[in-house]
Amino acid sequence: MSPAPELINRLRAFLPPDAVLHDTEDLKPYECDGLSAYRQTPMIVVLPQTEQQIIQVLRLCHETHTPVVARGAGTGLSGGALPHDAGILMSLAKLNRILEIDPLARTARVQPGVRNLAISDAARPHGLYYAPDPSSQIACSIGGNVAENSGGVHCLKYGLTVHNILKLRVLTIEGELLEIGGEALDSAGFDLLALMTGSEGMLGIVTEITAKLIPVPEKAQLVMAAFDDIQSAGNAVANVIAAGIIPAGMELMDKITIHAVEAFLHAGYDLNAEAILLCESDGTAEEVVDEIARINTIMKSSGATGIRTSRSEAERLSFWAGRKAAFPAAGRVSPDYYCMDGTIPRKHLGQVLSGIETLSEHYGLRCMNVFHAGDGNLHPLILYDANTPGELEKTEEFGGKILEMCIQAGGTITGEHGVGMEKINQMCLQFKTDELQIFHGVKAAFDPQNLLNPGKAVPTLHRCAEFGAMHVHSGSEKFPDLPRF
Amino acid sequence: MQAIIDQITATLRIAAERGQPLHIQGGGSKAFYGHPRAESAESLDITPYQGIVNYEPTELVITARAGTRLSEIESVLREHGQMLAFEPPHFASTATLGGCVAAGLSGPRRAAAGAVRDFVLGVRMLDGTGRDLHFGGQVMKNVAGYDVSRLMAGSMGTLGVLLEVSLKVLPLPAAEKTIGLEMNTAQAIKQMNQWAGKPLPITATCHVDGQLYIRLSGAETAIRTAQTQLGGESRSDGDTFWQSLREQTHPFFEPAASLWRLSVKSTAPEYHLPGKQLMEWNGALRWLTCQNDKDNQHSDSAAHVIREAATAAGGHATLFRGQHHTIPVFHPLTPALLSLHRRLKQQFDPAGILNPGRLYPEF
Repeated sequence: MSPAPELINRLRAFLPPDAVLHDTEDLKPYECDGLSAYRQTPMIVVLPQTEQQIIQVLRLCHETHTPVVARGAGTGLSGGALPHDAGILMSLAKLNRILEIDPLARTARVQPGVRNLAISDAARPHGLYYAPDPSSQIACSIGGNVAENSGGVHCLKYGLTVHNILKLRVLTIEGELLEIGGEALDSAGFDLLALMTGSEGMLGIVTEITAKLIPVPEKAQLVMAAFDDIQSAGNAVANVIAAGIIPAGMELMDKITIHAVEAFLHAGYDLNAEAILLCESDGTAEEVVDEIARINTIMKSSGATGIRTSRSEAERLSFWAGRKAAFPAAGRVSPDYYCMDGTIPRKHLGQVLSGIETLSEHYGLRCMNVFHAGDGNLHPLILYDANTPGELEKTEEFGGKILEMCIQAGGTITGEHGVGMEKINQMCLQFKTDELQIFHGVKAAFDPQNLLNPGKAVPTLHRCAEFGAMHVHSGSEKFPDLPRF
Repeated sequence: MQAIIDQITATLRIAAERGQPLHIQGGGSKAFYGHPRAESAESLDITPYQGIVNYEPTELVITARAGTRLSEIESVLREHGQMLAFEPPHFASTATLGGCVAAGLSGPRRAAAGAVRDFVLGVRMLDGTGRDLHFGGQVMKNVAGYDVSRLMAGSMGTLGVLLEVSLKVLPLPAAEKTIGLEMNTAQAIKQMNQWAGKPLPITATCHVDGQLYIRLSGAETAIRTAQTQLGGESRSDGDTFWQSLREQTHPFFEPAASLWRLSVKSTAPEYHLPGKQLMEWNGALRWLTCQNDKDNQHSDSAAHVIREAATAAGGHATLFRGQHHTIPVFHPLTPALLSLHRRLKQQFDPAGILNPGRLYPEF
């Protein structure tokens, strides 16, 4: 017999009726997160509103050995919040209060369901903001940002989530409260704040976050440079860094992306360009004037075929608009797209992009490339049609190969989207058995019964053995011409 | 170099089998920090495993072996106009990269740029059973697997033997200038925090002996404008001053009965505790020193008062120098956190042989 009725009754003992969902139609909206290719209906959805209610849910899950998956805004791109078929999906969306903004200490104490952008909005009257700005910041929640260690286009200069939080209130699967980090800049003992950040809901449930706020820069200005080959654009990035400049943002788009966004937005992008590089400077007015002049010189000497510098805030935003519209533009030129998230040492950009081109031809699928060039984070968008039988499978295989190239280039399979369910097989390629065992050990130190988001982020050794056998087969048969480095 | 790793691995395996505690040893520059080595511990010298493995200025990453001297790394970076932005203290010319990461200490630029843990991108390490492990990598963004590399920062060698570390590096500022302003402690706390909330190029702050020191970094023009805004007197001894703070050679740090490090919320009010005080990091770091017995900071009850004060300000207190056997060096953990620490330790070092007791007496 399904354990659901018994569990539902016990949940209703401390949760209001509308906070316990179990009818199929009520469960439907929770069957996937931002990665809609993976779907699973959970057994039950709960929507607690207080820390005390979360404690009770966790104690119940612990006692009854019921898996529990935490969910924030559901914007994640790796299936990290994919439900468990025999588990409880715990939405933290109702914990959406900003508890305190301390302008003098420059901190915000917030609940996990607060939207990323809402923190900056609340801080802005004090001249402050929360720096990490994932592209989904209008919708994504800070709790999810902590779970994924989210970045954004400004993270080379301002860091990832792990660099911008001070303290977490975390509940263990037993319902025990841990205060991790503190209001100071460091804390006693192991750096559990770093360990929790990016742990994909596998170690504990975050119920409160103290985030750092930083001053809004006095000025921001953007240089847009066009290049007639992508390698020159990559070299321009290296030349900016070599000149001792850390730009606030540095984004690169390839030709197919330029065409897709230009058709969509008419932002004035150069359609003859093979690559467009956006390079932003922010800081004090004097700093920006100095830096923008230097960036201009570097773009020229790096062979840019056209350079434009934003002359107003409106123009700066219009230059950005194209880059920010890359994903919707992909949705416009193709019924579906699949976003990858590898990171590589930037010097290998040319080789990796030509490898992607080879794969694109092999699979007969187009691929747009947008690149957080400053930090090496590549987002290939594979264009496909889910209604064409077999095309999603082909897309996934293509994506997997891109990630393998990233590993071979000395990079990683995920820069900011997380492993979740999506990249779990590639974890077997990036890590050896001993390293995976340490990950399982870390998990066991927090959650020995493996109830928190089980089956995500870290593959079992058994899974890797099966995937390894399959991988060697396809790797040796199908892609003898792929560049390896 | 592989021969050295093989040798360390063999030592670890034998020690794990016998339950023989090991004392991981770099340059010994921070031997004073933390609880003393276990009496039965045998030294495991890491210094032969040294040298820069890879440095690519335009990728902003350096990878070096744990035994490499910090001074060597910093001088190579300087040649390319770059730096370790967390300004780690050396405390002796023998200081190594491994020790720097294991101790997890950062210097004056910390409040503006980040701590050592913020710059760790990846590690290669041996765990307590001699397994050769890689975590993180050489790229800026990497969320594959738990962030074990950052966990190593400040773990005092209790979780593994660091072999190689990859760090993010940053460009040296085009120019730097130090200004001094006279003010009392309470004013300084307020002023540092207010300025930290403004878009100003401040990269270090310190208040000592009624003087607030501010370091400005960046383009010359930006520094000039900021100085006009902040006021105060230009100081010609800026570099020397920040260096003396970083290395604790400033007269404030003269050998004393004890030196406490209070890491607290930056706006915590002035502490009225016996002894002298120095503030850094916009008020988030408070040093407390007593020169003689009358300050009595060495008693258990004085330690208790100091720790209570730090806890009340959302932080923690470390008995940085002047260890005393009845006073724990590091701020005691809550029972729940202590038990989590032990379970993690068990995973990395099941035989409990790596630097036992250096961080907490319990493991």
